Amino acid sequence: MTPTAPSVLSRAAATAQGLPPLMVAARHLADTVQLGDHGRRRAGQGDAFWQFRPAQPGDPAHRIDWRRSARSDQAFIRDREWQAAQTVMIWCDPARSMAFSSDPSRASKSDRAKLLALAAALLFLRAGERVGFPGSDRPPLRGEHGLPSRLTDLDKAPPRPSGLPRRSRALFLTDGLADPKIYEHLLGDAASSRIRGAFIQVLDPAEERFPFAGRSLFLDMQGDPKFETQEAADLRAPYLERLAGRKKALAQMCRDAGWVYHCHDTITSPSSVLLWLYHALGARR
Amino acid sequence: MGALGFTAPWLLLGLVALPLLWWFLRAVPPAPVRQKFPAVVLLFGLKDQQIEAQKTPWWLILIRLLAAAGLIIGFAGPVLSPEDTSERARQSDKPLIVLIDSYWPAASDWSIRVEEVDNLLQQAQQGGRVVAIQQAHFKEAAQLAPASIWRERLAAMSPVAWDAPYDLGVLQHLPEGESIWLSDGVKRDGRRELYALREAVGEVAIWQPDRIVFGLTPPVLEGQDVELRALRHRAGPAQDMVVAGYGRDPAGQLRALVEEPAEFAIGTTEKDIVLNLPPELRHRVQWLELAIGGQARSAGQVALVGESLTRRRVALVGAGESETLALLSPDHFLRAALAPSTEIVEARGIGDAVRASPHVVVMPDVPDISEPDQRALAKWVAEGGLLLRFAGPRLAAAQADQAGIVDAVEDILLPVRLRGRGRAVGGAMSWGAPQLLAPFPTDGPFSGLEIPEEVSVVRQVLAEPGPELAERTLARLVDGTPLVTRKLLGSGQVVLVHVGANAEWSNLVLSGLFVEMLLRLTEATLATPSIDPENGLQTEDTGVVSAPWLRDAQLSAQGALVRETSPLSTPLNALADAVNGQPSADAPPGIYSNGTRQLVINSLHIGATLSPTNWPRQVVPVWQDKPTVRDLSGWVLGAALALVLLDIAGTLWISGRLRSGQAARAGFVIVALGLAAPEAGVAQVADGQNEDAADQSVSPSVPDQVMAAAAEVTLAHVLTGDPELDALARAGLTGLSLSLSRRSSVEPAPPVGVALEQDDLSVFPLLYWPVSATQPLPSSQAYERLATYLATGGLILFDTRDAGAGGGNSAESRKLQLLAAPLSLPPLDPIPSDHVLTRAFYLIDTFPGRYNGTAWAEAAPPGAAAAEGVPFRLLNDGVTPVIIGGNDWAGAWAVREDGRPMLPVGRGNAGERQRELSLRFGVNLVMHVLTGNYKSDQVHVPALLQRLGQ
Repeated sequence: MTPTAPSVLSRAAATAQGLPPLMVAARHLADTVQLGDHGRRRAGQGDAFWQFRPAQPGDPAHRIDWRRSARSDQAFIRDREWQAAQTVMIWCDPARSMAFSSDPSRASKSDRAKLLALAAALLFLRAGERVGFPGSDRPPLRGEHGLPSRLTDLDKAPPRPSGLPRRSRALFLTDGLADPKIYEHLLGDAASSRIRGAFIQVLDPAEERFPFAGRSLFLDMQGDPKFETQEAADLRAPYLERLAGRKKALAQMCRDAGWVYHCHDTITSPSSVLLWLYHALGARR
Repeated sequence: MGALGFTAPWLLLGLVALPLLWWFLRAVPPAPVRQKFPAVVLLFGLKDQQIEAQKTPWWLILIRLLAAAGLIIGFAGPVLSPEDTSERARQSDKPLIVLIDSYWPAASDWSIRVEEVDNLLQQAQQGGRVVAIQQAHFKEAAQLAPASIWRERLAAMSPVAWDAPYDLGVLQHLPEGESIWLSDGVKRDGRRELYALREAVGEVAIWQPDRIVFGLTPPVLEGQDVELRALRHRAGPAQDMVVAGYGRDPAGQLRALVEEPAEFAIGTTEKDIVLNLPPELRHRVQWLELAIGGQARSAGQVALVGESLTRRRVALVGAGESETLALLSPDHFLRAALAPSTEIVEARGIGDAVRASPHVVVMPDVPDISEPDQRALAKWVAEGGLLLRFAGPRLAAAQADQAGIVDAVEDILLPVRLRGRGRAVGGAMSWGAPQLLAPFPTDGPFSGLEIPEEVSVVRQVLAEPGPELAERTLARLVDGTPLVTRKLLGSGQVVLVHVGANAEWSNLVLSGLFVEMLLRLTEATLATPSIDPENGLQTEDTGVVSAPWLRDAQLSAQGALVRETSPLSTPLNALADAVNGQPSADAPPGIYSNGTRQLVINSLHIGATLSPTNWPRQVVPVWQDKPTVRDLSGWVLGAALALVLLDIAGTLWISGRLRSGQAARAGFVIVALGLAAPEAGVAQVADGQNEDAADQSVSPSVPDQVMAAAAEVTLAHVLTGDPELDALARAGLTGLSLSLSRRSSVEPAPPVGVALEQDDLSVFPLLYWPVSATQPLPSSQAYERLATYLATGGLILFDTRDAGAGGGNSAESRKLQLLAAPLSLPPLDPIPSDHVLTRAFYLIDTFPGRYNGTAWAEAAPPGAAAAEGVPFRLLNDGVTPVIIGGNDWAGAWAVREDGRPMLPVGRGNAGERQRELSLRFGVNLVMHVLTGNYKSDQVHVPALLQRLGQ
């Protein structure tokens, strides 16, 4: 399932279709979530039947449902539900810290975030929404078939998402380890643009559990020494406390901005977070 | 014993630096784990609970210091007890006297001893010392000579197959000097005295390998059981062994006829072994052998059987004379009873009988013996024969005639004096009932035999009562009259059965008891003829000359029976000593015969025991490669390496890296490697000892090889253990195979090397056996398989590669004699010019390899003659089993990878011609092996065609 270790068969299939493995994984992942059409619950353009209403003057004749009208003296018009496409902007944090993985056999946070992003994009596209990636100069995408050509947009994500369309939806995938003020600004801007969305914090198990002991020198992702300790195990409790505080702060920011917050550990299955995402966005509609 | 020394002592100065290392290690804390961690921002500002910088724990420092010390000491080259060498060097002006126990107990590890002595001589040679080497069995004292001369002689030294007390009269003349005594550890008379002698004139060091000497006493026939004892000179742990009896099977193959596993119990030095063999098998056994796994055989482990277990030859005198009906003939029942268990020799007269050198002479009712015959017979009996006489009407009549003579001398060939005409009981004209047999006395030869109730005696001859009658009686009737009497005469005996050998006088002969009694009597014949040293060769007044005893075969110290090319005459007094358990150089263990009797001398006599020697208390025997000079650097370095690995593990543990699963696994692997490394070091240190084992495993013999060889014609060479020679043999056979494929329809598979000890030989039509002087002798099992191979149509090409130089006396030729001796090869001749080998494919007249010498093959049968009109005799109906030569055929055949010849042959074109002829010989040889005498049969083709035309 992980993008780093696809089976030979799936890789062959991916090559044949010109899709990167990530796409295939995302597609698999998206297939795990069965979703229906989410209509706008009012009459409009769409395929699904919404209601019959008596024909008003000015209605074009071809919209009259003759079968229904034949049962009475009135002419009825078959209204369809209005299905308006929403734009969902998906942003994967391109920060260097996202490239971290505590176990070479496990996907890095960035990989996992991209997988989730693509899977979510597929879901949204299948649901008829439009999916856009911040930092891309192309308009938001419609239709599942166009997704592979947009994969590069995922990598071109800016450090801070900007220029999100008003009233759109957004999905942010980040590890939330940067300065909290940045996230506050981000969410504040979004809220002021009437953007709502989901904020998913992707963390590595090492970050969640702090499994270090002994004399340790902690480096940042550039390889610069940042922090030295004589006994790392002693730091576990204060670290976990701080981490919990950070999560709590992020959740609070999200709540304030009308967003939903979820913390995802890369050791857990990605399908669970996708399911959560689907329900969370659906419930907030 | 022995102090520690160093080959590079100045390196030890490095130890001074250790305190510095201590300080350094104390100051530097262990390096931190460098850990990438993106969430490091969350850590900023956190405080360590331990403020003080952590230092390396003391035990880790200790480990490192020990490791460093170990490295320094290890590279300084520690050796144990080097003072031997230094001392030897110091005493280099004194002569070195090496005394070697060269009796059979030293035979099984003789090569190690020779090697040790050679090392010693090498050192002495470097030191310029004079040396004398004394083999204990030599009858003259060794003289001092330079070590180099002794090194040359050393190769020819060999142990002897007997054991004897030290000859102090000889050994006291040994020169003075430092003595080194290579002892075999077996108790022997004179050892203490000799030690005292040597100690008085210089220092004495005792070198004694720490091994157990095994022995096997000669077998004793006890009823139907063969009893012998396995001995070892020192009690030890339980030891498995196999007692095997070798002899020729009905097909004439020499092989192990019986194998009986046995075991020495812990702490015992003797094991009684009883072999219950059916007579047919027992008669075939020629020698018994005690096989101990993993140890070479010595003469003491071989017990020659000689005639003691074989079929008795029984001469029937006066047979076939009478024209009576079969059932009435005096010897019909004798014949019937003796035939299954003995070999019957028909003798018309007594002279014939004695000349047939039987064990037993049976005379059914022969009354008169002429004077010369009587003397010859008496002499034969005195030398250990058994004369078995039966009474009868004629004997009774003859005795009655003599009864009138009052002072008739006792007949020397009758055990007792007989009276009158005997008596008849239970007949129609007599009183009394037929007499029954009394139970046999328990100490007589018939003890334990069951007497059937129906056996009764009607007539018998009676013994004159006398003082010795009771002790001469072996069986009697219920009324006390003797039935069987015996008189000892010299070392033989005369037995008289007081009834006839037919059923007229008694129905004894009709019963099974008779058969058993005869069996007991014939088996009881003395196995060892007595030797009278005084008058063995003297012409007696009888005019009978006792034939001299000749040695037919000699037992080598390694326990192999070597036939003498011409029987050697043996001094009688030495032989008499040997019979009494003291073989010597004049009468070594082996097989002797004097025309009539056979005699075997074994290394151990029947009552022999083995016990360890008692050295004086201050003497500690050592063995060179164990407690003396011994390089310890491997051990010390190994220990240092182990410490380093331990340090790695400890450091990992301290820094917490051992806690994650993967690191723990890695650490485990490192520690395991560390534990294995010293083992490897030990193996390297000890590898000198199992070179032999390594030699034997040169070629992995896989069934695949046999399968492949069975599928195609495959030439094979015997692996000699000399890698260069084996490679040459392989290349030679490759070259021959190539030529065969190119020139004939034989397309052999690539040749293989066979290890005689384990490989199956039956799939190879031809074995090329290059003889090297150093190769080990195959085991007896391997020889058995070689014999089977030869008997079933295999051919071995022996190649001494010495061009026949030295007239069969080169090292290779001697080795060849050793190798081929147990193979029971037929008589050989130089290959005659009309041998089928000369025309099997090519017409050739010489058989050259790199040299052009004579090659030998099985000799032509004496009667072979050339048929009319045929240019050659019809020889060798079968294929010769061996071809022997020294022409280095493989060298001429050998090709490199690219097909070019490997070795030069001769010079110029003539040389190439010789190589071509050599290849032709090879092709002929393979054709001969594959087609047998087909080409010989071809000579009939013209005749057959002519006949068909008519």
